[in-house]
Amino acid sequence: MSIEDQQIREIRVHPIENGTVIDHINAGQALNVLKILNIPTSSSRVVSVLINAPSIHGRKDVVKIEGRELNVEEVDKIALIAPNATINIIRNFEVSEKDIVHIHSQIEGVVRCINPNCISNSNEPVTSKFAVSSNGRRSILRCSYCERIISDDIGEHLL
Amino acid sequence: MTFKDLHIISMKSFSRDMIDHVLNTAEMLEPIARDKTKSDILKGKVLGVMFFEPSTRTRMSFETAMMRLGGDVLSLGSVDASSIAKGETLADTIRVVDGYANAIVLRHNKEGAAQLASEFSSVPILNAGDGAGHHPTQTFLDLYTIRRESHLDGLKIALAGDLKYGRTVHSLCYALSLYGAEITLISPKELRLPAEIIEDLKSRNIKVTETESIEDAIEDIDVLYATRVQKERFPDPAEYRKVANSLLITPELLEKAKPELKVMHPLPRTNEIDPRVDNTKHACYFKQSFYGVPVRMALLALVMGALE
Repeated sequence: MSIEDQQIREIRVHPIENGTVIDHINAGQALNVLKILNIPTSSSRVVSVLINAPSIHGRKDVVKIEGRELNVEEVDKIALIAPNATINIIRNFEVSEKDIVHIHSQIEGVVRCINPNCISNSNEPVTSKFAVSSNGRRSILRCSYCERIISDDIGEHLL
Repeated sequence: MTFKDLHIISMKSFSRDMIDHVLNTAEMLEPIARDKTKSDILKGKVLGVMFFEPSTRTRMSFETAMMRLGGDVLSLGSVDASSIAKGETLADTIRVVDGYANAIVLRHNKEGAAQLASEFSSVPILNAGDGAGHHPTQTFLDLYTIRRESHLDGLKIALAGDLKYGRTVHSLCYALSLYGAEITLISPKELRLPAEIIEDLKSRNIKVTETESIEDAIEDIDVLYATRVQKERFPDPAEYRKVANSLLITPELLEKAKPELKVMHPLPRTNEIDPRVDNTKHACYFKQSFYGVPVRMALLALVMGALE
């Protein structure tokens, strides 16, 4: 372990007793993860955020939430902006469950289409729908109505 | 392969075999489109015609296609005089009209409108243009024109004009890639075909060449497909005139072309084609707009199950 990694472990990443650690978030996406989880509005417990932490694959973000275990819906949303994230459920200071996020081939009602002239952005009784693919580091969403692609800034268009 | 009850939304849902089947059916129906023989295979069927945007060719050719096959046409008429003016959603309008019609032709100003309509309709939706999105029946008639007047196999085609915003060009490029066409793209740099479409064509092993001048390509091509260059795309009128001149098709330019070269245009044209070209053997654009009739007859008969 490098000295830098050791410092992160010792100083920046204080172990939590119960909660969730979201690791390997794409660098720069941590604040969008908080937006998905509606933090701080939804929680008064301590939330730690690490941005641009060094890792073996370059830079990454890490989010630790005390006293809260994420549900499937929340994890699915995180997968869109951080397709390589891992979700660690912590119980009594131990990693109780560890899972990678899963990217669904289709999502509904999660992201708003960026095309202002798309029929899904009008007053029609439909929810937005996207076909999801990935190029490894990033998710690529294609609107099922107008076919416009969102990739770089998915976090900006979350519903 | 069955077309009955199929929605016609985008060319991307059609394989080459399916396209060939539509073109073969259109060829069989062409004598009826020309009023050489009669047919009533769609007798008793009603086509709902819903145009939220202006149209001449698409609307009238759909209507005549339906009538030539013995069917009836029911039109939404003016949007201002319908319940849409009271704020009715497209989804509700479709669920009402599908009770009156056996198929619905829809043109709408928003992208994705036809896809949405297909999710609410119990009868086939035929997309007649959704904003800057798709216009598949135009592509079918373009392919039919190329097949009838030139050849689809081993085709060398140049697409000229506004390749950036032109929805007909994007769908046509995709369809031509299924036939292995060699494509030359002619446009000013501001109106080039989007890079992702060029990449998509190259990934299908299609030979794509880009240039800014028709002269560079004219000697070697079988079809020259011109599209409208809209003045409003250019903030500077002088720049527009320069571009329009560089893309102008004249009889003098066509002297350098193969004798069998065909000039196509989806119409309406503005200044892209010199009217003197109309009298040359190269002019194909009025035939092209007629071919919309047999092609739309074929699609209507197939999706309503009158033909297989």
